[in-house]
Amino acid sequence: MADNNQESQVSRDAYWKANLKLLTIMLSVWFAISYLCGIVFVTQLNAIHLGGFKLGFWFAQQGSMYGFVAIIFIYARLMDKLDRKFNVHE
Amino acid sequence: MDLQTTTFIVVGITFAIYIGIAFWARASTTSEFYVAGGGIHPIANGMATAADWMSAASFLSMAGLIAYFGYGGTVFLMGWTGGYVLLALLLAPYLRKYGKFTVPEFIGDRYYSKGARIVAVICLIVASVTYVIGQMKGIGVAFSRFLEVTYETGLLLGMGIVFIYAVIGGMKGITYTQIAQYVILIFAYTVPAVFISAHLTGNPIPQLGLGSKLVGTDTYLLDRLDQVVTELGFAQYTTSARLSSLNTFVYTLSLMIGTAGLPHVIIRFFTVKKVRDARTSAGWALVFITILYTTAPAVAAMARLNLHETIKPTGGEAMIYDERPNWFKNWEKTGLLQFNDLNGDGRITYNNDPATNEMVKIDNDIMVLANPEIAGLPNWVIALVAAGGLAAALSTAAGLLLAISSAISHDLLKGVFRPDITEKQELLASRVAMAGAIGMAGYLGYKPPDFAAGTVALAFGLAASSIFPALMMGIFSKRVTKEGAIAGMIAGITVTLLYVFQHTGIMFIASTKYMGSMQPNWFFGIEPNAFGAIGAVVNFVVAYGVSMVTKAPPQDVQDLIEHIRVPSGANSAQSH
Repeated sequence: MADNNQESQVSRDAYWKANLKLLTIMLSVWFAISYLCGIVFVTQLNAIHLGGFKLGFWFAQQGSMYGFVAIIFIYARLMDKLDRKFNVHE
Repeated sequence: MDLQTTTFIVVGITFAIYIGIAFWARASTTSEFYVAGGGIHPIANGMATAADWMSAASFLSMAGLIAYFGYGGTVFLMGWTGGYVLLALLLAPYLRKYGKFTVPEFIGDRYYSKGARIVAVICLIVASVTYVIGQMKGIGVAFSRFLEVTYETGLLLGMGIVFIYAVIGGMKGITYTQIAQYVILIFAYTVPAVFISAHLTGNPIPQLGLGSKLVGTDTYLLDRLDQVVTELGFAQYTTSARLSSLNTFVYTLSLMIGTAGLPHVIIRFFTVKKVRDARTSAGWALVFITILYTTAPAVAAMARLNLHETIKPTGGEAMIYDERPNWFKNWEKTGLLQFNDLNGDGRITYNNDPATNEMVKIDNDIMVLANPEIAGLPNWVIALVAAGGLAAALSTAAGLLLAISSAISHDLLKGVFRPDITEKQELLASRVAMAGAIGMAGYLGYKPPDFAAGTVALAFGLAASSIFPALMMGIFSKRVTKEGAIAGMIAGITVTLLYVFQHTGIMFIASTKYMGSMQPNWFFGIEPNAFGAIGAVVNFVVAYGVSMVTKAPPQDVQDLIEHIRVPSGANSAQSH
């Protein structure tokens, strides 16, 4: 029993570590598409045009929001896989 | 059929739907009253969350704000959507796994302290009450404007409708009503936008129309808009910033953290069946929100261009006041539009020079309200906009009232004062609390206190500086202690409130401000409404600092954290 518990503890820690890594990547993308593209580097990106949009403006008022939606669904998908890999799914 | 009759019919049908749902979705257990029984489909919950979240302000005022600020309006677009990423990734799945009814309940258990729970209840109530005052005002204004009744009658009517489905159905009734309200409000918002986009650019999808060329020309819509507004002396639409870049950054962050920390949004994720549903449900909520939020910038730019082109067509003469269109006259009557013929030439001069500008008032709400009329759309579309505005106001108010009443009946009564009451008694108490909350919110909407003006600053500031950090640390750190969490919450709130009050007056009573509202006094140029993120940082730092010098949390709390970090073994939300 003690071994079993220890084993599951090791596996839980590995699961949590993998989750934290995934979170870091996802939140970096979240930060980049909103704060970097939409605010910090908006002037530089505005020099590029996407159809009738200045690119920085597009990120600020359109693109960032599409990106947010994508981030959540991709994270949910990857977590489903992770849950199953570590056998902690419902 | 005239517009008034059409409006009454369309609005009447929507009200009949809400009341019908109330009788169909009665709550018979506390689980149904607090979390709709815990079996809501993730897409359905996403839709309800979207209606819960999008208030009368999102529906009526946001496009107008963006039209006015141009690029500067971005703060609201990104700030009020990006928080869902934080919610989906950092909070919702874990709080769902924890599986109880309220946000303060988690804080109380995780920080093994009734004190922490009470601090959380106070933050929740202050944030939700200030927020609900704005919604009640929205209900009064929307009802009086669309149904041509007085503000007080409108307020009472709105309270009556919410009373019926929230008291009878609790979260269950609210959830199904919110789904209906979402469908109504999104149709009402997008139908006029589709017509206007097709009319201006030939592309019926507003999100694409915004980046298209104007019909019959080789000019992009946004380029023309930039040109028109700069010629009149306004800032260039696509680049005009509000205040500094740093302020934009911090303000956006505050709104995002605040969104993720608002209890009436968080509790919606207690209603889904599984942990993985909580993750996808937040995604669906954001899909439904994004449909409106990406349409809003298109509505904003197109309405602004329409307005300028109507008053003074490119290369033409300014409009003669006596020949103004009907919608202009209609909105003049409400005081939302005001014209003053300064130079006496009978034409409307509209520019950014206060000395010669004759459009003395253009209320931001006009951009959504008058849009269908400016575009010459049929009466049923205008009536639909009325029903949509009312749906947006009612759905948000109901969600907030549930958060308030469950904090009172579940956290204070059952959790602290009378733990021995039966479920039946608690259910009755939750209904009484709901009725009381509606009455109180109605009274505050009728006689808004001075601090109502600061609704946004207070609600988002408190959620960002107290609730979000406490929840996040509770999940991601095993080391943060009772003492750390309480000290962090109090420090976060104190810093945020002191900053807001020093520039706007204690509880927003202007004569008591102690540093002046002047911009030069702002800390690194950050406006008071944007300060929640700074409060959150203070909360994190203080909580960690205090935790390091206090005794680590007991083993059962560490086990609880281990337990909520994995999805397996979740039950539907329950009280014990």
